[in-house]
Amino acid sequence: MSATAQAASRRNTSAQRVFVRTVGNRLGDASMAISSGLAAVVVLAILGVILVDIVHNGVHHLSIAFLTEAPREGMTAGGIFPAIVGMVEMVFLMTLAGVPVGVATAIYLHEYAPAHSRLTRLIRIAVANLAGVPSIVFGLFGLGFFVQFLGAGIDKVFFGGQKVYGQPALLWAALTMAVLTLPVVIVATEEALRAVPRELREASLALGATKLQTVLHVVVPQASAGILTGMILAVSRGAGEVAPILFTGAAYFLPRLPKGLSSQFMSPSYHVYVLATQSPDVDATKPILYSTVLVLLALTFVLNIAAIVVRARVRRQSSLAH
Amino acid sequence: MSVLAPNVTPATKLIVRELCIYYGEKKGVGPVTMDIAEKHVTAFIGPSGCGKSTYLRALNRMNELIPGCRMTGEVKLDGDAIYGAGVDPVTVRRRIGMVFQRSNPFPKSIAENVAYGLRIGGLKEEREISMRVERALQQAALWEEVKDRLNDNALGLSGGQQQRLCIARALAVEPEVLLMDEPASALDPIATAHIEELINEISADYTVVIVTHNMQQAARVADYTAFFYMGELVEFDRTDVLFTKPSNQRTEDYITGRFG
Repeated sequence: MSATAQAASRRNTSAQRVFVRTVGNRLGDASMAISSGLAAVVVLAILGVILVDIVHNGVHHLSIAFLTEAPREGMTAGGIFPAIVGMVEMVFLMTLAGVPVGVATAIYLHEYAPAHSRLTRLIRIAVANLAGVPSIVFGLFGLGFFVQFLGAGIDKVFFGGQKVYGQPALLWAALTMAVLTLPVVIVATEEALRAVPRELREASLALGATKLQTVLHVVVPQASAGILTGMILAVSRGAGEVAPILFTGAAYFLPRLPKGLSSQFMSPSYHVYVLATQSPDVDATKPILYSTVLVLLALTFVLNIAAIVVRARVRRQSSLAH
Repeated sequence: MSVLAPNVTPATKLIVRELCIYYGEKKGVGPVTMDIAEKHVTAFIGPSGCGKSTYLRALNRMNELIPGCRMTGEVKLDGDAIYGAGVDPVTVRRRIGMVFQRSNPFPKSIAENVAYGLRIGGLKEEREISMRVERALQQAALWEEVKDRLNDNALGLSGGQQQRLCIARALAVEPEVLLMDEPASALDPIATAHIEELINEISADYTVVIVTHNMQQAARVADYTAFFYMGELVEFDRTDVLFTKPSNQRTEDYITGRFG
């Protein structure tokens, strides 16, 4: 008798013996359903409490003026306009610097690197570990490497020792954040490349395309929506992090918008920290703090939802292709 | 193993000598020795897992995309060794095209699917490209159905149309040999009839090698048929001879439906 036939006959006899669910079975199922359901409710409740509290307290102070004015009177009045601009600029530079490197790494790992070589494994472990490094460590790395080593070096060579790039700056903060978000981009891109059907690669190669042509004209376009998802997630992460920009470019308060790459900048995430800990008048700052958090949350949510929508569309497309 | 070489009167396009294909240490197929006739249809038949698809893919070096797969022996296209030292598989695949079991159009427009091979081959002139796209679609008997919607996405076509599009795409680059890996196995009888008719027509200009699990299909479309069993080439002959007077007992058992 074959193994499957044996299994089937075993199932049959046990079904004859125990055709009804025992009380023990039923109790076990019920208690598992209730306890796991409760755990899910706790998660939902936490998110709910955060959202309700922030929307409830933050929505009053929210206005066009809040979004378009600079902070005034020691941050007890005014808006967060410079912080929003600073974040947009930082995130833009971060994307420009990080996404190409991340996408290229993923393409190397998935398309070119020998699948089981020691080097490939090492790179994968490095990426996984990079994702696990605490963000404050990235901040210190940015200060040490970008600001004090690269920046000071540039100053020495091009500016005769005058401090231009050898201090915290928009550029260094963006690069530090790019390093932090690299794993997000790499993992998302690799997943997208993996989802490209083998049939499409073979179709291209069978037409006499080189590997490079196949990657550029078939694989990457097919994976582009997945790559975009990774990019959006990186942006969302970069917008919310504080620690990496703390030492590398974020300013406590700036009366003007950043002038260039070597300027410092304000960021909503750091601004939240400043408002919460450094305010001279806690009561006056509170509504501003709530509204800032609300804006920050809304931004992150919108980005995450965009990523989910793009990903869902990719899944639909790739299922259509089959 | 004895190989009865068919009494080849037409010119020989592909010469295969002692070809063995290994997965890791395990031999998958071979040794195979055969001559494939120019501008005729040659079919490979045999039960699932007999190695006929693996062997087909060895003829345009598609197997080397599979890790751990390696080959010994010789394959020559018009006298050029396709596994010779320094031979770029890309140049082999330009001369030996392939159509797969599952239609695999790119998620691009109908016209761009057919134009793909031309563009990557370096053709830039748009007029020339659209002319050759039209000719390929006509050769694949698809032109009349799609000429008014060349810019629509190819994934909107029916299964049979998608497969004919893949044939058009392969023909557009004007290969000398067209390999077809069970091209109609996922299609309904009407679409299958279309494809078979098409194979008959293109064999006037192209050398066609087709893998099929459908013996009637082999009998209908092929001039020569090879029977594979457990990785071995059991018998290779003119199709009418193989199906009416097989010289090997296993071939006879298979084609009379005693196994497989």
